[in-house]
Amino acid sequence: MSETLATREIMIAAAAREIHDGEVVFVGMRLPLVAFAVAKELHAPAAVGIFENGVIRDRRPLSPIVTMGDPPNIAGATACNGLIDVMALLQRGRIDLGFIGGAEVDRFGNLNTNWTPEIRLPGSGGAADIASFARRTVIIMTHEPRRFRERVQYLTSAGHGTGKGWRQSVGLSGGGPSKVVTSLGVFSFDDSGDMILTSLHPGITEEEVQANTGWILRSAPTVTETRTPTTEELALIRQFDTLG
Amino acid sequence: MSKRRLDKTTSLASAIRECVHDGDQVAMGLCLESLIPFAARHEFVRQGKKALTLIGPISDILFDELIGAGCVQRVIAAWVGNVGAGMGYNFRRAVERGIPRPLLLQEHSNFTITLALKAAALGVPFLPTRTGAGGDIIKNQEGFGVVVCPFTGVQLTAVKAVVPDVTILHVQRADMFGNAHVWGNLGVAVEAAYAAERVILTCEEIVDREVVAADPNRTLIPGILVDAVVHEPLGAHPSPVQGFWKRDDAYFLGYHEHSRGREDFLAWLKEWVLDLPDREAYCAKLGIQQVGTLRITEKRLPVGEVNYGC
Repeated sequence: MSETLATREIMIAAAAREIHDGEVVFVGMRLPLVAFAVAKELHAPAAVGIFENGVIRDRRPLSPIVTMGDPPNIAGATACNGLIDVMALLQRGRIDLGFIGGAEVDRFGNLNTNWTPEIRLPGSGGAADIASFARRTVIIMTHEPRRFRERVQYLTSAGHGTGKGWRQSVGLSGGGPSKVVTSLGVFSFDDSGDMILTSLHPGITEEEVQANTGWILRSAPTVTETRTPTTEELALIRQFDTLG
Repeated sequence: MSKRRLDKTTSLASAIRECVHDGDQVAMGLCLESLIPFAARHEFVRQGKKALTLIGPISDILFDELIGAGCVQRVIAAWVGNVGAGMGYNFRRAVERGIPRPLLLQEHSNFTITLALKAAALGVPFLPTRTGAGGDIIKNQEGFGVVVCPFTGVQLTAVKAVVPDVTILHVQRADMFGNAHVWGNLGVAVEAAYAAERVILTCEEIVDREVVAADPNRTLIPGILVDAVVHEPLGAHPSPVQGFWKRDDAYFLGYHEHSRGREDFLAWLKEWVLDLPDREAYCAKLGIQQVGTLRITEKRLPVGEVNYGC
């Protein structure tokens, strides 16, 4: 295991910090699985995790997992039901936070996981549903020019659409994306629904971020350095990250 | 085969031969990442099933393999790929280049495919939802329409019912009538069983009817829905089965490498499917050591009593 800090580990720690204590969190796959375990152990002991296969659990998986369906994520769960039950929680407005990702994201936080003209992508899974209904979403992405586009080529999971007021106008009850955690930095959204840079990972410059972003990116008045994982966070990340 | 027989136990080969026909709509991989009926998929390939429509939310590599084997004409799904590794190469080859044959797609999200099956299970033509509004999945597709609420006037998306000809489920245990005990995450397994014309169960154990009747709340699939029951231990490999088998992560990653190129995939298909007559031969090929590594030996039993006393 690498002793140097991996970008992936910075991203997981940043995602974990988005989980506030007591929140009901729609966890998702890959990095958020680890972020949930870290948050539960450290700063959000009362958070509850919802998994789209129907699992609800109020403690981290009993051992590291690759998918939400792995036996250590079922054993010790508080409830195992069906997809329709956890989707009911979403549509009814009972989910505080959902994690989603995609192959493409645009300036308003809309995501594409279905199609580009060249590539057939796997599809939505539950992402379109989480994006529709969670009170807020956090997007996790690798930051590359082909992924950060002015406009997504297919709208799988709704962000702020075309800007302020769009979500209400189409009838989406969730609040849309609040943060974007990428391999270069962390972003939030201004009142018009436009993405703004708020922190840079160590060693990354604003110029690098702009060079990897397909639109003229605005920055928060103060751009900070993303806080690196604490010793405790890092130990948990390395314990639970089976795909790193 | 019929739902009205007393003893529905049969071999996998005969269950698939009698219940699944070329051109059928088949729902499988319905619990998401666990309890995926992989043994049944191998039988599809061996029997040369054609022009199937596959239905399911997230099938892991099950759909990708069947697409690569040339069994599939259409997919109704929310996601097709390899959960641990990302893309499904056979899926991409079929959609992008028509190899081995063109593939029709009906896009869904996990919620909408659930509602499509739930509508079929309820015997209604559609169910309304708010999901996906403003997005591209619900646009211009045969699976979605618009409906106005008669009570509030609010406009909602109508998700059209999807009726599988056959639903195939792997479960922990069933009796010979097809009453199945299932535990762990359920995905859309129950909706898909109620929605389908025919249901095939593969199971780790066939148990006496008294085992089922002793805990009826755990009977998620009632036998009156079921046409065939197949005793197929390890029939979900490489996916996990709570209380029986861990997920074989290495197998999924190996598949990712072996399916990257078409020629490699065909060699893999010959080695792991076509050259093996049945699941017994498959387990022997996996090897006693690997099977032993995957077997769950820990006991984690309910603590509080469930008293059905009357």
